[in-house]
Amino acid sequence: MKPPMNAPDPASAGRRNFLRQSAAAGGGLVLGFYLNGTTQAVERLEKPIAGGAEFKPNAFIRIGRDGIVTLVSKQPEIGQGIKTSLPTVIAEELEVSWKDVRIVQGDLDPAYGRQSAGGSTSTPTNYEDFRRLGAAARLMLVEAAARSWRVPVGECFAADSAVHHRPSKRTLGYGQLVDAAALLPVPDPKNVPVKDPKDFKLLGKRIGGVDNHQVVTGQPLFGIDTQLPGMLYAVYEKSPVFGGKVRSANLDAIKALPGVKDAFVIAGTDDLRGLLPGVAIVAESTWAAWSARKQLQVDWDEGRFANQSWAGFVAEAQRLSKQAGASVLRKDGDVGAALAGSVKTVEAAYSYPFISHASFEPQNCTAHYKDGALELWAPTQNPAAGQELVTATLGIPKDKIVLHITRSGGGFGRRLSADYIVEAAAIAQRVRGPVKLTWTREDDLRHDHFRPAGFHFLRGGVDAKGKLIAWHNHFVTFANPVSRDGKTSLVPGSGGSLSGDEFPGRWVDNCLLEQSAIECGVPMGPWRAPGSCVFAWVFHSFIDELAHAAGRDPLEFRLDILGDKAIVAGSGERGTPYDVSRMRRVLLHVADKAGWGRKKFPKGQGQGIAFHFSHRGYIAQVAEVTVAKDGTLKVDRVVVATDIGAQIVNLSGAENQVEGSVVDGLGTLMFPELTIERGRIVQGNFNDYPLIRIADAPPKIEVHFVKTDYPVTGLGEPALPPLAPAVCNAIFAATGKRVRQFPLSRTDLRWG
Amino acid sequence: MSKYTLSINGHSRSVEAAPETPLLWVLRDSLSLLGTKYGCGIGQCGACTIHLNGVPARACMTPVSTVGRKQVTTIEGLDPQGEHPLQRAWKELDVPQCGYCQAGQIMTAAVLLKENPRPSDEDIDGAMVGNLCRCGTYLRIRKGIHRAAELAAADKKVRK
Repeated sequence: MKPPMNAPDPASAGRRNFLRQSAAAGGGLVLGFYLNGTTQAVERLEKPIAGGAEFKPNAFIRIGRDGIVTLVSKQPEIGQGIKTSLPTVIAEELEVSWKDVRIVQGDLDPAYGRQSAGGSTSTPTNYEDFRRLGAAARLMLVEAAARSWRVPVGECFAADSAVHHRPSKRTLGYGQLVDAAALLPVPDPKNVPVKDPKDFKLLGKRIGGVDNHQVVTGQPLFGIDTQLPGMLYAVYEKSPVFGGKVRSANLDAIKALPGVKDAFVIAGTDDLRGLLPGVAIVAESTWAAWSARKQLQVDWDEGRFANQSWAGFVAEAQRLSKQAGASVLRKDGDVGAALAGSVKTVEAAYSYPFISHASFEPQNCTAHYKDGALELWAPTQNPAAGQELVTATLGIPKDKIVLHITRSGGGFGRRLSADYIVEAAAIAQRVRGPVKLTWTREDDLRHDHFRPAGFHFLRGGVDAKGKLIAWHNHFVTFANPVSRDGKTSLVPGSGGSLSGDEFPGRWVDNCLLEQSAIECGVPMGPWRAPGSCVFAWVFHSFIDELAHAAGRDPLEFRLDILGDKAIVAGSGERGTPYDVSRMRRVLLHVADKAGWGRKKFPKGQGQGIAFHFSHRGYIAQVAEVTVAKDGTLKVDRVVVATDIGAQIVNLSGAENQVEGSVVDGLGTLMFPELTIERGRIVQGNFNDYPLIRIADAPPKIEVHFVKTDYPVTGLGEPALPPLAPAVCNAIFAATGKRVRQFPLSRTDLRWG
Repeated sequence: MSKYTLSINGHSRSVEAAPETPLLWVLRDSLSLLGTKYGCGIGQCGACTIHLNGVPARACMTPVSTVGRKQVTTIEGLDPQGEHPLQRAWKELDVPQCGYCQAGQIMTAAVLLKENPRPSDEDIDGAMVGNLCRCGTYLRIRKGIHRAAELAAADKKVRK
């Protein structure tokens, strides 16, 4: 199947038409189609605009007289493939041939509902609505054809971008039906019949990314590729110590440098994730701005975090571990008594450092401020957050901000934050004409909203039958001071709070989960599968330790913990129920496909298993590794079983997400680590902050989708968490060495 | 600022730039050839890979003053129709995720295939080690290079 030609980027036209209403959204704005913010149901759908050369049944579909079907991608594309997959859902129900489809990226627009691409929510929150949007349009086209033939609707059907009259074998292409369909009322999308999945022609097939041709031929797509007539280029220097403020800077000397147009201080705010104080340099080219920055001298008031260090955090975590946790997240039974009564106990400390997202396209944003209004071009996962932060910080009213969503060179959660957007906006307020802010790689690594570091102090015990009866975790996390309404409180970073329900909480009779936080100035944010990306590793590694202590097979030990109750309810009103039957199924499936327990491995080779539930997905993995005598790790094979519901939207995209999650999970286990000295991030670029390279990627990743009757869910995140524990458990099986610290280079794996 | 006349994708292009300006920024800011990407600026990631006289080079580490008469090829000039076997294979196998690194991957792989028309996995890993992919599409990059090798071989047969 050929991917469709891609329609021209609407933003490119917009570049010339300052503050025009988005062409793609135009119909939608007038139509008032609205999706509830958090949403399931299609709330309101009005009559389409009659006349014109297009049929626009809703904000997402436009059909021209030439038969070309233009679909709007509402969600930001960050590499997760949503720009291809969600429109496919409409196309399926619309019965349009994929070759007739063009896809355009929508701007930030209330007509599209929620547009944040985070939490693997884009698919589950839009899938059913999108089916109904496509189906409603299809019904209208069928109705239009039936009327023009004066035949009963029941004798007509839609297929291949046309309506067909069964008895007479007559056919009218969608393009021929545009005018007639545009006069019909839009049916209530809640009541339109959708297709039986067995009749799907597109969903579940492999469909190539709609931007692939532009990607492989180097055409501009990304935020950093934005160019506007008369555009200037900016860099922004912030305090190397988080929260530092500018006392003074050699602005006059900078302004005198070649190509420099302006240099100025931005006072910024105290919000560690907002507009940080700094010095902007605006120049005629990126290189002129970056070169001038080398001459920049800033006297910083480094503030109160200037003495923080990673070594200090480690010492503080150790100190905290010796006392009771600041808060108790779960307390079942009597963990002290159960440990005392255990036949075998294990005690271990696990830890992981702060890491950056290192999305490949560094943060950047292009902004044009004119007559009190602002136009933005941003590679963002969360355009509304950009708009809100700009309004809150700079006072530009929301309705005076137009935000064009560009393709993002990776996201991983980094672009849910909007710091780089508000920086560009603040710079643009001082500059006549458009300006592009581009962060250097060093800016990007050192001014991330980092994955929180963490320390887990664990104790566990098994009884005489080898059953897990005691589990104690004192989790030491990190928190930032956050000021609200004149009060300052400590708030743990995103993914830095443990839920009392996190497995195996709820499954062990004697369970104590405690949490303490270390205050820090390191800004934190969501990193792909926040919390889960590290908790799964800690808990499934420690479960493995307990299985071995009990002398039991790691799979059988896990099945025993899970038990045979179908559903385990969540704690409290908002607790997430855990479907044990779904997890057991993927666990048994992956074990079967990987040949768990059926293979004999020589010393230095082994298998490891792990599972994790996150982002509505149930995922289990088995890794096979070889550890050379010199300690070199090679992951030979990874088998993945996932249950993400009733339908895989795009098989190619889904497999790509799982493969990418496995490689990302492995890379994050093996390499990255940020250290902090004198309040500063030490590492700055890929020479001292290595990422996984091709030779370390597993040669074989086998992906199995176990289909169930549950709602369709997302796959950007849930396949990542089980990888690290599966690999580390395999390393133990191969060598007897237990990995209790990220990154892997901290553990000596030599053997023999 | 100095004036340079460069040969880029078979065309002569004149630019004014400071001599130490990396070719990367001349391509992007001065010539609007935006396919060559900035990733690290220190030759670690391969996102800015171009060909200089047919040899892969890091545009971020190549001062414009050193280019001289060398033939510069960027992703935009790899194939006039955008139908290089690697580009076809990349689309057929849906290699990209975010896509930001892929121009650099393809430019490195193009030289590999020219020198070694049927590379093994080891050959591929060796040649591609300087090109990072943050999304982790490495398995598809390996497959894509093998597939491109097949496509190129088939093209050759047709031409004979």
